[in-house]
Amino acid sequence: MQQVFKRPDALCDVNLHYCPGCTHGIVHRLVAEVLDELGIEGKAIGVAPVGCSVFAYDYWNCDMQQAAHGRAPAVATGIKRVRPDNVVFTYQGDGDLASIGTAETVHAAMRGENITIIFINNAIYGMTGGQMAPTTLPGQVTQTSPYGRDPKTQGYPIRMSEMLSKTDGAAYIERVSVDSVKNINSAKKAIKKAFQTQLDGKGFSMVEVLSTCPTNWGKSPKEALEWLRENMMPYYPLGVYTDKTAENKAE
Amino acid sequence: MAKVVFREERCKGCYLCMDVCPKKIIVVAEDRMNAKGFRPVEVLKMDECLGCAMCATMCPDCVIEVFK
Amino acid sequence: MAEKVLVKGNEALAEAAILSGCRHYFGYPITPQTEIAAYMAKRMPKVGGVFLQAESEVAAANMVFGAAGAGARALTSSSSPGISLKAEALSYIAGCDLPCVVVNIVRAGPGLGGIQPAQSDYFQATKGHGHGDYQMIVLAPSSVQEIIHLTADAFDLADLYRMPVMIIGDGMLGQMMEPVEFDLGERRKLPEKTWATTGTEKKRPHNVINSLIMNPDDLEACVRERYERYELIKEKEAMAEEYMMDDADFMITAYGTTARIAKNAIAELREKGIKVGLVRPITLWPFPEKVYQKYQDKVSAILSVEMSMGQMVDDVKLAVSGKVPVHFFGRTGGNVPYPAEIVEAMEKIAGGDK
Repeated sequence: MQQVFKRPDALCDVNLHYCPGCTHGIVHRLVAEVLDELGIEGKAIGVAPVGCSVFAYDYWNCDMQQAAHGRAPAVATGIKRVRPDNVVFTYQGDGDLASIGTAETVHAAMRGENITIIFINNAIYGMTGGQMAPTTLPGQVTQTSPYGRDPKTQGYPIRMSEMLSKTDGAAYIERVSVDSVKNINSAKKAIKKAFQTQLDGKGFSMVEVLSTCPTNWGKSPKEALEWLRENMMPYYPLGVYTDKTAENKAE
Repeated sequence: MAKVVFREERCKGCYLCMDVCPKKIIVVAEDRMNAKGFRPVEVLKMDECLGCAMCATMCPDCVIEVFK
Repeated sequence: MAEKVLVKGNEALAEAAILSGCRHYFGYPITPQTEIAAYMAKRMPKVGGVFLQAESEVAAANMVFGAAGAGARALTSSSSPGISLKAEALSYIAGCDLPCVVVNIVRAGPGLGGIQPAQSDYFQATKGHGHGDYQMIVLAPSSVQEIIHLTADAFDLADLYRMPVMIIGDGMLGQMMEPVEFDLGERRKLPEKTWATTGTEKKRPHNVINSLIMNPDDLEACVRERYERYELIKEKEAMAEEYMMDDADFMITAYGTTARIAKNAIAELREKGIKVGLVRPITLWPFPEKVYQKYQDKVSAILSVEMSMGQMVDDVKLAVSGKVPVHFFGRTGGNVPYPAEIVEAMEKIAGGDK
């Protein structure tokens, strides 16, 4: 018998601190598998955010830097400008990327910064215990939207992939989900393509991953996946939002 | 012939693997807990395993290795 | 000997940074330091370096954080309101033990304040930029030539002690033109940056640059180690100029631009028969306490002259621990003191003593 599925080398052999059923672990593994398959673990430099995935610096075997809340794209920019031949990526949640770090995100995209962003959208602040995120859906109950998010007073959820797809500097943007085996496999393809975009020097790439937070959503891991499908997917449609990789190739 | 191996001490009992298994052969090990205090999963009818790796793909904690 | 050239303070600083091996500048426009950015924008591409105008001061400082982590000699510059925004990254840079240089060409505050010269960021620079227990080395040049030397020192000190170093000046120093030599002199031997994020090449364990330490004992040990380093810096790196102090009955103390004006006042005071000397801190942190202690029994009063409502004066008082009276004279809001005002303040003190 041959081993057909194993822990990727780029994923440190440590216990992940995430809650049971949290899909962060799946995305961590997908990134590691892509680093392995592209043979880039040795030249990758990752940037960890503030939020649930803050400990990401302990989870990938590549060099890592931990950034201030929302600043990962700026930190990654600094690294990439010093080491253009390395592969630089950030891993950020929705509060980090789409709220406190919106400016850094948008301008990294505008500059066509040749970095890759893995963006976890689970519609809530996890680490701090379930507050309203920029991506929290209308009507969604959180600790800071106890009566359900009311767009009239609390604003609308932000669709980052759609927004960034309008920037000239973004080369590749796709929204994926990790709610099913099929979607996990598609997510991996997208992550691989995002890293390949950087390797080819095409510019800014981002994969937005719809993800769950069973603990703060107050659901079982299985119910959380169902909630994601029924509520998040209609608001945040999956798909490729920008792909200039082919047109850049022609230039 | 295929088999799955669970790294029990890493299992957090989310049981997402059980749902995606096409043969529904993954079950909760009712007779034990791991050091984290979770009841891990196990496969009693390993001869039915297809080696499809859907369980491993879904596992957030890289608990599962698959051989075929 | 290098050729003498006439340059502006801000441009001298930028060129000295390039000569010191800085190839990464991240900044954001703000008066009165924009010449540094403008110079870097022109020069960096010519020397194979990177000039990046960031979307914000916050982003610029965090780009420096990333570049420093990747092992580069990185620089950012700003003026007071901008430094407030950079404070976040400075705390992280200190918490991750990374080297970098940040320039504050101070303008009057608080708030938007004014764009004229000021020294009202002394507290911010020496005691309170970002959150947490940490320090920056703070260098305060007083001439364009000194800007050049201290810029080179700033990069060396940052690399040697793995910490942020601030160069603090003001609009007057930044705009002033003086003949200078771009000769950096002999430099220190520095350790290799084995901790940098360079990519593991799968040949070594991964480097992790991080300031998050969840175990209180581990965090305390880390902070204590840093403070042991700070003690070493206090011991070895404190610098001050002593001017006409040999026979001085009174001491004026001032740094940067104000020290230049104080020298004029001292000449006038000596003509009037009042023997006054100057102690000019070159490092604001570490504060050159020993120099003050050397004179605490010799002079009958100290006058701290600042372009603020009195900030450095606190450190002077702490240095001499009540052994000698410490007075203060300051102008603020962007007003630069006249020599005559300093003379008058000193005369009052000297008269009172008689």
